[in-house]
Amino acid sequence: MINTKVNLCGVELDNPIIPASGTFGFGYEFAELYDINMLGSFSFKGTTLEPRFGNPTPRIAECSSGMLNAVGLQNPGVDKVISEELPKLRRVFHKPVMANVSGFSVHEYVETVRRLDGEGDIGWFEVNISCPNVHGGGMSFGTSPELAEQVTRAVREVTKKPIIIKLSPNVTDIVSIAKACEAGGADGVSLINTLMGMRIDLKKRRPIIANKTGGFSGPAIKPVAVRMIYQVYEAVKIPIVGMGGVATAEDVIELMLAGATAVEVGAENLVNPYACRDIIEALPKAMEKYGIESIDNIIGAAH
Amino acid sequence: MKDIIFKVISNELIAKNTYECKLSGDISDITASGQFVNIKLDGFYLRRPISVCDAEGGVLTIIYKVVGEGTEAMSRAEAGTEWLTLTGLGNGYNTSLSGDKPLLIGGGAGVPPMYMLCKKLISEGKAPTVILGFNTENEVFYKEKFEELGAKVIVATADGSVGVRGFVTDAMAGLDYTYFYTCGPEPMLKAVYNASATSGQFSFEERMGCGFGACMGCSCKTKYGNKRICRDGPVLVKEEIIW
Repeated sequence: MINTKVNLCGVELDNPIIPASGTFGFGYEFAELYDINMLGSFSFKGTTLEPRFGNPTPRIAECSSGMLNAVGLQNPGVDKVISEELPKLRRVFHKPVMANVSGFSVHEYVETVRRLDGEGDIGWFEVNISCPNVHGGGMSFGTSPELAEQVTRAVREVTKKPIIIKLSPNVTDIVSIAKACEAGGADGVSLINTLMGMRIDLKKRRPIIANKTGGFSGPAIKPVAVRMIYQVYEAVKIPIVGMGGVATAEDVIELMLAGATAVEVGAENLVNPYACRDIIEALPKAMEKYGIESIDNIIGAAH
Repeated sequence: MKDIIFKVISNELIAKNTYECKLSGDISDITASGQFVNIKLDGFYLRRPISVCDAEGGVLTIIYKVVGEGTEAMSRAEAGTEWLTLTGLGNGYNTSLSGDKPLLIGGGAGVPPMYMLCKKLISEGKAPTVILGFNTENEVFYKEKFEELGAKVIVATADGSVGVRGFVTDAMAGLDYTYFYTCGPEPMLKAVYNASATSGQFSFEERMGCGFGACMGCSCKTKYGNKRICRDGPVLVKEEIIW
């Protein structure tokens, strides 16, 4: 009997598949296409304390086997997420959801988490620390072990729910950041966020994206994700949510072998809105092919 | 919205760099003119959003201009080629506001959605006038097709090689109309906005990630709040637009 269940920070998932934040909105566009309750969970659109329009357009550029995006955390702000988005989400999704939060100061992270903490359907907080930190000299929380630990500790004080810190790959040593999050009291880490990239329009001789740089995602980045998950798995004891270029059930298995307990699917949702359904349906067969009875047995098995 | 295999029936050059492609497949989700489809091509990660020119009798007609590698690859597709296609995307034009004498203004690659719209308006007993704007004579397409529908057609070319010399706004001068619909490059839309005497609807273009409202890649600000061009648009009404 094939078993796809995994336990992520004390919460059981029917399967390890989680649509990544920013590629799945608040779920209801996809609920028109299939029953999203088949998902392990999903990470909702990155939420900040204040409403944000985000960056000017163009925000999107295509690459070989991937894409750049510079949406810039467009969201209606935490209060509207609670009053408008979560009630709509509840009508279509009945499992614990992952609340993805971002901020530009420690205070913003703390206040956003504090306001969301009372929402019963939130199973985990995914704290995105790859945004520019206006209080830290333009650095981002995700590129400094000290700041990563500081924000983790601060958020830890306002919630008892599991905290998963989402890490940036745009660093020299992701392991030191992951260890700092663990030391700060994180229950898990998720990686990788997008890789910073750029594309230039040959006719206009200017970057395609208005923000100039954008986050690179899609199948092209999977080897970077596998490598970083592998390295972080060796260095921390807390679970890892792996992501980066996942498009198939085999990709899920690969990231789990590297050390991921659960796997997020991002860009692929945008080119194939049925991607997560297709992966979940294909997973048992892929497990059978590679002699896997229980998927939780393969977490970190490549080490 | 549906994700469906469409099969190329024909794919022909009808004007400079401009192809008319007829496809067979399930068109039931295309419920309004001004909607678009999003086509998955082999070798390209993102899909190509293309406006619907016509959808009738199980045949989807699209007209596209070769502007990059994706549309270049599309232009080489032969009959029998299959494309996985998301259909029925976007809000489309609302014809209930048109009045008796609507004006349709299409510029270049913005002409195609005017065709299905024109057909619909005529079927509702209205008498549309259509302005088709192009740079020059060898770019002109579909003049006769609009005339066959029974519309009054005015062609404008920037170099005056055919029809009215100048822009679509030059052709608009002095016309009597009850409402307007337009699609074309953004500078043209803005000029139409400023030149128009009535209310109307504008179809916008933007680089898209998903095409169905998930990624927020094509957001814009309007007087009625933030909108996603792909999901809440591509058609916006004159009163909500912020230039």
